[in-house]
Amino acid sequence: MIAGISIYEILTVTSILFFIGIYGFITRKNLISVLISIELILNASVVNFVVINKYLYPDMLQGVIFAIFIIAVAAAETALAVSIIINLYRQISSVEVKDTEIMKY
Amino acid sequence: MNISYTVLIPLIPLAVFLLLGLNSQKIKPAISGYIGVLGLSVSAALSFYTAYQYFLVDGKVDDVYQTFVNKSVWMNFTETLHIDIGILIDPISVMMLVVVSTVSLMVHIYSRGYMKGDEGYTRFFAYLSLFTFSMYGLVLATNLFQIYIFWELVGVSSFLLIGYYYTKPSAVSAAKKAFIVTRFADLGFLIGILIMGYYAGSYDFETLNNPEGSVILNGASTSFMGLSVITWALLLIFMGGAGKSAMFPLHIWLPDAMEGPTPVSALIHAATMVVAGVFLVARLFPMFYFVENGFALNIVAYVGAFSALFAAIIAITQTDIKRVLAFSTMSQLGYMMLALGVSGYDGHEGVGYMASMFHLFTHAMFKALLFLGAGSVIHAVHSNYLKDMGGLYKYMPITNITFLIAALAIAGVPPFAGFWSKDEILVAAFEHNKFIYYIGVFVAGLTAFYMFRIYFGIFWGKEKTYEHKPHESPLSMTIPLMVLALLSVVAGFIPFSEFITPDKVGFEAHLNYPLAAIATGVGLFGIFFAWIFYKNENSLSDTYAKAFGPFYKWASDKFYFDEIYLFITKKIIFNLISAPIAKFDKKYVDGTMEGIGNKTILISNKIKGIQSGKFQDYAFSFVMGAVIIALVFIYLWTN
Amino acid sequence: MEKYIFYILSVIIIVFAVASVSSRKMLRSVIYLLFVLCGIAGIYFLIDYNFLAAIQLTVYAGGIIVLIIFSVLLVHHIEMELEMAKVSRKILTGLLCLLGLAVFLYTIYNNDFNVVENQVTTTTYDIGAKLLSYDAGGFILPFEVISLLLLASMIGAIVIAKGRKLNDKNNEAL
Repeated sequence: MIAGISIYEILTVTSILFFIGIYGFITRKNLISVLISIELILNASVVNFVVINKYLYPDMLQGVIFAIFIIAVAAAETALAVSIIINLYRQISSVEVKDTEIMKY
Repeated sequence: MNISYTVLIPLIPLAVFLLLGLNSQKIKPAISGYIGVLGLSVSAALSFYTAYQYFLVDGKVDDVYQTFVNKSVWMNFTETLHIDIGILIDPISVMMLVVVSTVSLMVHIYSRGYMKGDEGYTRFFAYLSLFTFSMYGLVLATNLFQIYIFWELVGVSSFLLIGYYYTKPSAVSAAKKAFIVTRFADLGFLIGILIMGYYAGSYDFETLNNPEGSVILNGASTSFMGLSVITWALLLIFMGGAGKSAMFPLHIWLPDAMEGPTPVSALIHAATMVVAGVFLVARLFPMFYFVENGFALNIVAYVGAFSALFAAIIAITQTDIKRVLAFSTMSQLGYMMLALGVSGYDGHEGVGYMASMFHLFTHAMFKALLFLGAGSVIHAVHSNYLKDMGGLYKYMPITNITFLIAALAIAGVPPFAGFWSKDEILVAAFEHNKFIYYIGVFVAGLTAFYMFRIYFGIFWGKEKTYEHKPHESPLSMTIPLMVLALLSVVAGFIPFSEFITPDKVGFEAHLNYPLAAIATGVGLFGIFFAWIFYKNENSLSDTYAKAFGPFYKWASDKFYFDEIYLFITKKIIFNLISAPIAKFDKKYVDGTMEGIGNKTILISNKIKGIQSGKFQDYAFSFVMGAVIIALVFIYLWTN
Repeated sequence: MEKYIFYILSVIIIVFAVASVSSRKMLRSVIYLLFVLCGIAGIYFLIDYNFLAAIQLTVYAGGIIVLIIFSVLLVHHIEMELEMAKVSRKILTGLLCLLGLAVFLYTIYNNDFNVVENQVTTTTYDIGAKLLSYDAGGFILPFEVISLLLLASMIGAIVIAKGRKLNDKNNEAL
């Protein structure tokens, strides 16, 4: 519990953070930037887990443990994403989103 | 009488056809010729044996020739209406067996010489066997439907053989023409058969032809447009017969069919297939005669008489010898038809029927001989045209003499075969219809004239310059000529009236001397004119041709019937009916379908941009969708 | 006091998050992300989850950020400025995000959270016991799954990033 701070305020902050992440995900033109945006989104949700755990169910640890798992998954995901980006860079010498549109049609 | 072995007669050629047709690349030409001739010999021997057994040994019970039927039901519709496959032995079918097997055998032997060295030698013999099989099946058919099946099969074999030289465009178009014209006529035949099946309730010849049977007695009960339906059916069936027998106005395919090899013309387009129409009318003769007092039979008589006259006039003007023979065939077929048309039923009344069959028999012999002789000439000079021939008697003595015999036979000079049969026809016509008799006599004169015109033109007259020195044909070709010449001489002495009559009771036919004298005189007159005009080439014929003026031109252009048909089909049917329908089909039916397809493609092209492959666009849509769904839920759950 | 720290942290988080998604320099963008993550670690400290804050700092700030920086350095020229999206697209996305945010906030503020006043301190011991507990409510199975996942992703990352070179060698050998 943070003295004088209600859950609403914290959730507001995480919501803003979440939508900043989404905004970045949609508008950024570089795969690494997109990856950064994904980290923002993940962090926003992790904070939500933790805060809700703390404020509503202080005697339990589910939220915390989920947060740990999410961080682990995020780490794994980042590692994979980075390896994919590096591989892609080797193949087409670019990490721009517009060069990865050959899935089209 | 045991007739089970007659099944072999059609089956042997079928086996030969399958053997040669399926192995045409493997079997050497020399062997395939022997196989064809051997197969045909066996089946011809069986035919002769059947004829001997039937006519002379045990076909007759109480002076009446019996009908033997050996059949099995193939398709059952009702108690009475069923389609059978089987064999029917009666006087005309046995006679046709003899005709078909004789001519076919001769043509097979002849072809071994004529087609020597040809690329499709084996194929040729396979087709010939197919044709022979179909023709046997046709004459032995027990019912209308079976006859129709084999009718189409002979049509197919005729198509294949006319188009035998399939690299030649004219042969291909002639084959198509023959097939389309006869198919058109067969449409009538088929409708006739269906009407017959519906109203008469049977396809079986025995049921249909029974003079005391219900079909003939009740034939006039249902009427349509002033005629009974059975008469309509008979007329439609006659339409099919007229198509096959090249009766006016369905004759246009026959002259063009001469594009096929000459033995084919001799076999199919002179002796056997084209008489199928005559045979069909003869087969259904009691119906033609009894139903509505022979209205349909009168039509047959007039169509036959007109065709005979029409074709004889055209034959005079043609310069291609095979075409002359083709028109001559058409004319003689008209003769047979008119003989059937003027025939009665009982006893001596049936002389027309008898004469028709008699003429069919003799005509098959001498017309096949004429064609084979013409083939021999063409083989020697490599041209079909009269202007390239002349003075050949020196080089081709056997062909000359046999051709002369055939020409005398067709001209009706005694004692050759044609004289006897033609005389009977004229007797029958004289007794029934004077008008038709006069036409018959006139045609007899014309026949003698045009036949000797080409005879003199080929073998006498001025000698032309030939590329190679013409030579007599090989033995394989001259032997059939000699055999057929012998038959053309003796066939007339067969007492046909003893064997073939409508009521199947033989009668004694007598020569009617005044009529015979008139016919012979007219024939000789025609020969005499031909001798004056064409013995030595002179300008006399041209002068007379000029005197006839436009009429000559019309006749030599076959009275523009091809052009009329072309006009009707191309200009009227094609332009006025088919083209608009085709346009409608293209524009609206196809157009609708294509339009649907095109619109789909167009729309897909427009909307495929949505599937851009840009994951950020997908993410955008995803977020937007999620937000919208959330909004909807909020709206729904907060109120 | 804590209240003000929270506000400061919130401002840091939001400002640097915005900077992170709008900066045209790649490396700076990553560093801004680092600040955001540190801010979030600060929030964890504030709500007494020290262990989680430590994980946040080590795994995120220490691991992931370094990984991203490596990849940036591998594939990118530091001085290069990033291409920016079209203005219309930015506005459109911004509007969409604001709309989504409005929906979120509307839902959050309309929801009556059943807040429990407490001062419970969670120790690392509790978390560890919970993670490795196989009693009811224990997390031993997800824990194992996560460990497998990490192993798999490690192998996958190596294969993906290195595969090409190995293949090249194989091809040369062949």
